[in-house]
Amino acid sequence: MLSFNILIAVCLAYVVALFLIAFVADRRARRGQLGWLRSPLVYTLSLSVYCTAWTFYGAVGYAARSGLEFVTIYLGPTLVMVGWWWILRKLVRIGRSQRITSIADLISSRYGKSNLLGVIVTLMAVIGTTPYIALQLQSVTVSFAVFAQDRSGGAWGASDLNATALWVAAGLALFTVLFGTRNLDANERHYGVVTAIAAEAVMKLFALIAVGVFVVWGVADGAGDILARIDTSPIADWDMKPGRWVSLTFLSAVAFLTLPRMFQVMVVENVDERHLATASWAFPLYLFLMSLFVVPIAVVGLDLLPAGSNPDLFVLTVPLSQGRDGLAILAFLGGFSSATSMVIIAAIALSTMVSNHIVMPIWLSMAHQGATVSGDVRQVVLVSRRISIAVILALGYAYFRVSGGGAALAAIGLISFVGVAQFLPAMLGGIFWRGATKVGAAAGLLTGFALWAYTLFLPSFGGSFILPVSVLADGPFGIGWLRPQGLFGVSGMDPLLHALFWSLALNTIAFCVGSLSSFPKPQERLQGAQFVNVFDHNPNSQGWFGGVVEAEDLLVMAQRILGPEQAQGLFTRAAERQGKAGFLPDTSPEFLQRLERELSGSVGAATGHAMIGQIVGGSSVSVDDLMAVADETAQMMEYSSQLEEKSAELGRTARQLREVNEKLTDLSVQKDAFLSQISHELRTPMTSIRAFSEILRDGGVTGRERKKYATIIHDETIRLTRLLDDLLDLSVLENGQVKLNMRTVDLYDVIERSVVSAGIDGRMRFKRASSGEHVSVMTDPDRLSQVFINLIANACKYCAADAPELQIKVRTAAGVVEVDFIDNGAGIPAKSQPLIFEKFSRLGDHRAAGGAGLGLAICREVMSNLGGSVDYLPGQGGAAFRVSLPNERRSSVGVNHS
Amino acid sequence: MNERREPLFLERESYRQRRTVDAARLLPILGFLALCLPILWGRGGDEGSRVTSVGVIYLFGVWIVLIVSAMILSRRLRRIETEQDDID
Repeated sequence: MLSFNILIAVCLAYVVALFLIAFVADRRARRGQLGWLRSPLVYTLSLSVYCTAWTFYGAVGYAARSGLEFVTIYLGPTLVMVGWWWILRKLVRIGRSQRITSIADLISSRYGKSNLLGVIVTLMAVIGTTPYIALQLQSVTVSFAVFAQDRSGGAWGASDLNATALWVAAGLALFTVLFGTRNLDANERHYGVVTAIAAEAVMKLFALIAVGVFVVWGVADGAGDILARIDTSPIADWDMKPGRWVSLTFLSAVAFLTLPRMFQVMVVENVDERHLATASWAFPLYLFLMSLFVVPIAVVGLDLLPAGSNPDLFVLTVPLSQGRDGLAILAFLGGFSSATSMVIIAAIALSTMVSNHIVMPIWLSMAHQGATVSGDVRQVVLVSRRISIAVILALGYAYFRVSGGGAALAAIGLISFVGVAQFLPAMLGGIFWRGATKVGAAAGLLTGFALWAYTLFLPSFGGSFILPVSVLADGPFGIGWLRPQGLFGVSGMDPLLHALFWSLALNTIAFCVGSLSSFPKPQERLQGAQFVNVFDHNPNSQGWFGGVVEAEDLLVMAQRILGPEQAQGLFTRAAERQGKAGFLPDTSPEFLQRLERELSGSVGAATGHAMIGQIVGGSSVSVDDLMAVADETAQMMEYSSQLEEKSAELGRTARQLREVNEKLTDLSVQKDAFLSQISHELRTPMTSIRAFSEILRDGGVTGRERKKYATIIHDETIRLTRLLDDLLDLSVLENGQVKLNMRTVDLYDVIERSVVSAGIDGRMRFKRASSGEHVSVMTDPDRLSQVFINLIANACKYCAADAPELQIKVRTAAGVVEVDFIDNGAGIPAKSQPLIFEKFSRLGDHRAAGGAGLGLAICREVMSNLGGSVDYLPGQGGAAFRVSLPNERRSSVGVNHS
Repeated sequence: MNERREPLFLERESYRQRRTVDAARLLPILGFLALCLPILWGRGGDEGSRVTSVGVIYLFGVWIVLIVSAMILSRRLRRIETEQDDID
């Protein structure tokens, strides 16, 4: 038979091992040798604090009583983990970017760093968790009692049980204080504790699987035999209650999200968001393995042990009854691990909440001088946490004593689940709905909590605590429809489902109505936007504006909370980032925000905010500040749009300048070309005149020859004169000194005259619509016909068609008379079109043209003097020119002007 | 870096990534429905009735399928998360 002392020794050795693991991990972490401490495996295993002693021992008991229903407690968390992309991913990102320290901090921070909400959530969490801690103490003492009973043959007295519970509670408090409040870590991570929890997770899984394997292959004859045994056992028929099945799955999923200890390991202790991806399948696998052997153990226990033995202890009593003492000790250690890991994490989570949301605000308001002057804040925080841990464990112990253990305590697991489930609307609403407000959250939480207490928690005492039996049976003051377990006439429902339904439904309604009907403060709206859009935004919240603050005051305060080294490091880095040397950076809004976040990591968002507020002068965000920011932004945007406009304008100007420059360069080239052209044009006739006049002067020529030479000289002189006339004409036209003889004429007459005098050779055929040409225009007919003659002569000269014809079309449109001259020749190549109106520009053989190339240039000048224009008209089949001139009425104005 | 630049590959890849996220969102819903399916089974004693031994096999079967699916998805999702962090 197993000696009870050996059990005590093994147990102590296990505890020492845990202390060692925690100690080594903590030391490694402080030296920065994180390594495997930050592995996804440790993270996954730490999540197993979900599996408490209640699930370790209780699951088998649950299965023995109601068959497969126990599995719902694991299915909910499995679904939540598998669906991590929905909620957990966002929760962890928010937790990391906002330096959230607890679920109370999450809710308080989301709703404008409201301390009121922090207090509400903290109190609810303490009330909901304390009985749960008591349950763990009970399970440890009861499992001790099993061995004690075994040894002495007689049952343990109540005093023995109580003493054991006290010792366990004290030991756990010591462990938690040692490793949970070792330092005030800025990001609130406890490597030592988490590693110890991971080790315990391995322990409990190993223990349960060992017992399971023994039962299946040791007691029974393998898997097939076990299935056969299930079929002949009392739980062969699966008595499924659909309502409970769905509700319990839902409830365990919700509790997995909202339990303070789960939030602690899942969000606060998370060191890398990617670990969640691994945990999404690894943790369900853990749960799978934890529940795989539950039914076999239950069935075998029911089979082997005498009727009436406690099925909750089958994990221990089955191996003991088979004389497997070692296995029983292993199972005991598994249960012990489950209980201790839950208590440790719950105590850390609750103490953080209590010290950040209750003790610190009170201390701050009592220390009137403000955070800079009075004692060491760091010490206050640590001491308050240690005391909180002790108080929480003491509360758990007290609850254990008062309730006296027994069945009432066993039911507390699910009751506690429903209690913490009340955080759900405020939490999910907070991270997915920007419209959720503080008023709504407070209303929902209080409503849900009150209903939970009234319909489930208080009735669980069976009429011995606050609610008397008469109220339970008939409702308060005999009002039947207010009966705690039959609200609004709903009767015959499972009490747990009844409470879950009413509390969560009314909680959600109160939350929504409160949110819809209230108006959030600016701080709240900013936080809301940051939480809901955590994946869109940089983790960067607006908080502090232009307060006149001494950096030194801040440093003094930060040193007290973060510790001198860490605070000085933070300040130095900030100063460096601002380009300053030394310890004191400028108290810019960015710096204050950063500092606040660091402080929040230690003392919670609301307290961190309040502490900085005390120094900065209470100036958090006001609407005016927001307006100022918005205004500033608007100004900056306007300024930048002005800049853009200016730069566009500069671009335009530069382009214009470039064009002008190109034109000037062109003009200069043209001028040179003009000069060389004109010298050439003058020189050619002059050369022949000189040569022939010399011949005449020297004599010796016949009369016929003399006449011929004199004619040449005469022709050349005429050509010279014509050239000079043209040049003169052009110069006069260009300078606008031309005298115009304006009168009203019929356009037909002008065209007729031009055709007659230009189309002399008769080769060209004219196509005209004479009726359209009778348009009266105010113009100088001589000048206009000069233009027409020029165009017609050009057509005659250059049109290379076999049967050349020229079409003359007259059109009146919008105050302008247009005369088109279109021949059927080859036209002018596109690249030459811009040049034809330039002086001396001739295409091809200029001899053939027999002119100086001034014709079109003169035409253009004439038309612009007449208030019209002449343009080349591309795409008409041959060369085409359009002469536009204003009609009678408009030109009368233009004449006076010129 | 270079193989990522190929536009065809990238488009296909990002399309796959989105569908992976869709699958990850769908998985818990399908899981919930599958786990609730036994509600529709007949009472004990009938043909195809609710028997604990069958229930055990069914529930644990669904469970292991969920775990394996989540494992496959989580590998892809972790890569997506890593890439997103790189972009940030």
